Amino acid sequence: MSDIANTSTGEISVSFAKRFGPWIVLAIGLVIMPFIFSSNIAVYTMNLMGIFIIFALSYNMLLGQGGMLSFGHAVYFGLGGFMSVHFMNYIEYEIVVLPMAVLPIFGGIIGLIFAIIVGSFSTRRAGTVFAMISLGIGELIAASSLIFVAFFGGEEGVSGDRTMGPVFFDVDFAQDIQVYYLIAAWAFITIGLMYLFSRTPMGRMANAVRDNDERTEFIGYSQRKVRFISFCASGFFAGIAGGLFAINFEIVTEENLNALTSGVVLLMTYIGGVGFFIGPIVGAVVFTLLQTVLSNHTEIWQLYVGVMFVLTVMYVPQGLTGIFAMHIPAYRMSRLGSLVVPYIRAGVPTLIMLSGIVGFLEMIHHVRAAAQGEHGMSLIGIEFSTHAVMPWVVVCVLAAVGAVATKTQLPQLREAWEEANAPMQSNEGASS
Amino acid sequence: MFELIFFSLLNGIVTGLLLFMLASGLTLIFSMMGVLNFAHASFYMLGAYFAYTISLYVGFWPGLIIAPILVGLFGALVERYGLRYVHRWGHVAELIFTFGLAFLIEEVVQFIWGKDTKAYHEPEVLQFALFNFFGQDFPAYKAFMLLVSIGIFIMLLLVLTRSRVGLIIQAAISQPNMTAMLGHNVPLVFMGVFGVGSALAGLAGVIAGPALGTFPGMAVVLGSIVFVIVVVGGLGSLGGAFVASLIIGLLQTFAIALDYSVSDLLAAFNITTAPDSALRDLWTLSLPQVAPILPYLLLVLILIFRPTGLFGKRET
Repeated sequence: MSDIANTSTGEISVSFAKRFGPWIVLAIGLVIMPFIFSSNIAVYTMNLMGIFIIFALSYNMLLGQGGMLSFGHAVYFGLGGFMSVHFMNYIEYEIVVLPMAVLPIFGGIIGLIFAIIVGSFSTRRAGTVFAMISLGIGELIAASSLIFVAFFGGEEGVSGDRTMGPVFFDVDFAQDIQVYYLIAAWAFITIGLMYLFSRTPMGRMANAVRDNDERTEFIGYSQRKVRFISFCASGFFAGIAGGLFAINFEIVTEENLNALTSGVVLLMTYIGGVGFFIGPIVGAVVFTLLQTVLSNHTEIWQLYVGVMFVLTVMYVPQGLTGIFAMHIPAYRMSRLGSLVVPYIRAGVPTLIMLSGIVGFLEMIHHVRAAAQGEHGMSLIGIEFSTHAVMPWVVVCVLAAVGAVATKTQLPQLREAWEEANAPMQSNEGASS
Repeated sequence: MFELIFFSLLNGIVTGLLLFMLASGLTLIFSMMGVLNFAHASFYMLGAYFAYTISLYVGFWPGLIIAPILVGLFGALVERYGLRYVHRWGHVAELIFTFGLAFLIEEVVQFIWGKDTKAYHEPEVLQFALFNFFGQDFPAYKAFMLLVSIGIFIMLLLVLTRSRVGLIIQAAISQPNMTAMLGHNVPLVFMGVFGVGSALAGLAGVIAGPALGTFPGMAVVLGSIVFVIVVVGGLGSLGGAFVASLIIGLLQTFAIALDYSVSDLLAAFNITTAPDSALRDLWTLSLPQVAPILPYLLLVLILIFRPTGLFGKRET
């Protein structure tokens, strides 16, 4: 996928495999995924993943490609969801005759309409003004959703039934797996469209405006127009994601357009990496996995996500994809092997330290949250009492030993890293 | 009618001045660093929780002093080791950092203190009605909040305009390089102002905790409102923040107190509407209902028509 990651202009005569390879792999991957992970929970997770991938990619059209930090992107997602669920009900009552599969289009259209309205005044400037307007609009719509009950359904939201409407090829979306293929198809189309958008002259101008808006004005482009078009496209795709959400869950509530959802999409896009096209995809996949898998094992998963987010912003502003991209120069020089041993030497103590810290946090949480008199708890299958001294000593020693050992191993890792990237004077990775 | 206006006015001023305590720190921090601190309301929440924990052991009054100092120290640490580090990645990263910090602080507060509302009460000395007006009590604690807020406002004004420290701060805000050339430690000034701003937010939390409730969502409730104030007043303008705080405070209390709706307006013009039309929610819209969205409406309108805010000199 490194070709998608690399946003520099490629040569025109790239080979067929290089040009279409990643897409064919993506298509095959989407088709065979349910055969590998076939349990109900896995299909549920993958459905959510697909929706979030589209949502996060549309967000990155603003943040990563256009340099616009939005705190209200969930508005377009949520409105798309509401519109779709209303159309779902129209189909059920046979006011309109449409197959369910095209429903997200209506979500996209309302997202687009709203983006046109809001974008007409908010894209004048980027930076803080844009961020504040997006925040204001977000709060405005979220608050009005509780007032205009006819459209937003108040606190209980609007629900529908996705099995209605004309049936093609026996697919009536009664099962989650059918919804999976619908989401996969939409995801494939929208990922492709958004990728193509980023390669058009328009997409390139969005990058230029992000990097230096004054200069683009001197060349003769209107920064406002460029931002406006990006903003509208982004709203459209967010609406499609919202429509898919409506089909998948058959209910849309105020929660889907409030500040929390806006925060979540920022979080996953940033963790994935805003500088790369596939960054938001990685972010959406990782975040959904954290949300569904981690929340099964611990109640304080949001704390871990928060820590991870802040650490990402502080130390790896390129995101998870950036970490991979950092290794491309070493990989090109076939020196990746020389990094394996140093990574293991630094990684093992780090894992020990983390397990100590996590154990400590989990035990504290258990002591506070457990019922009166209930002292027994189990961590990775080990049963113990939280009122004994020994477990506390163990986790503290793990954390301390891990921390000290990690510190001793860092210099050799740095040395190995510099050696692996030696001929290149800098290791800035494939940032764009 | 008069008593309604009287009490709404008083309550509006109390709310407005409380908001100003938050907004003043935020706007000072913005004018220094050019970064809107999303975690500012989280410092307010931390103030309330710290004061609650302290009040369990030594009572309300020591908490009034100690909790803001703790919050201020924490804020200074955040600036020194967080924000200053993230600065190298640019403005957007700084904004996102404070956003992430707000998220993290909320999670940490839930982790340490739990999700339920804490029983953090005003001291017994202040649990009486100060005066009774048309059969309605005005609690003494609100008067106390009013006094503290006014005291802080006057102190802030004096320190910033009359003292040497205030002079250096103003110089560091407008001409950081020149001030550094003259031998002042500008990063230290920044850290100090960030710390004091956080401490003010913490103090607001200490005195608002008993009145508005101490719960993990209290930062979110106030957070975006404070942003509205800072932007409406004009980013970096202390006077603007003061006026905007009062406007928002009064706007909210009056909108809740005055129960008028669109249907009243329509009735005045003898217009009747169908009760089951799709726009029925619009016709029955009442002022208390729209109270929560008024500040945001104001924000968006100000940003469209006057991006500098009411008193701001520079565009955001």
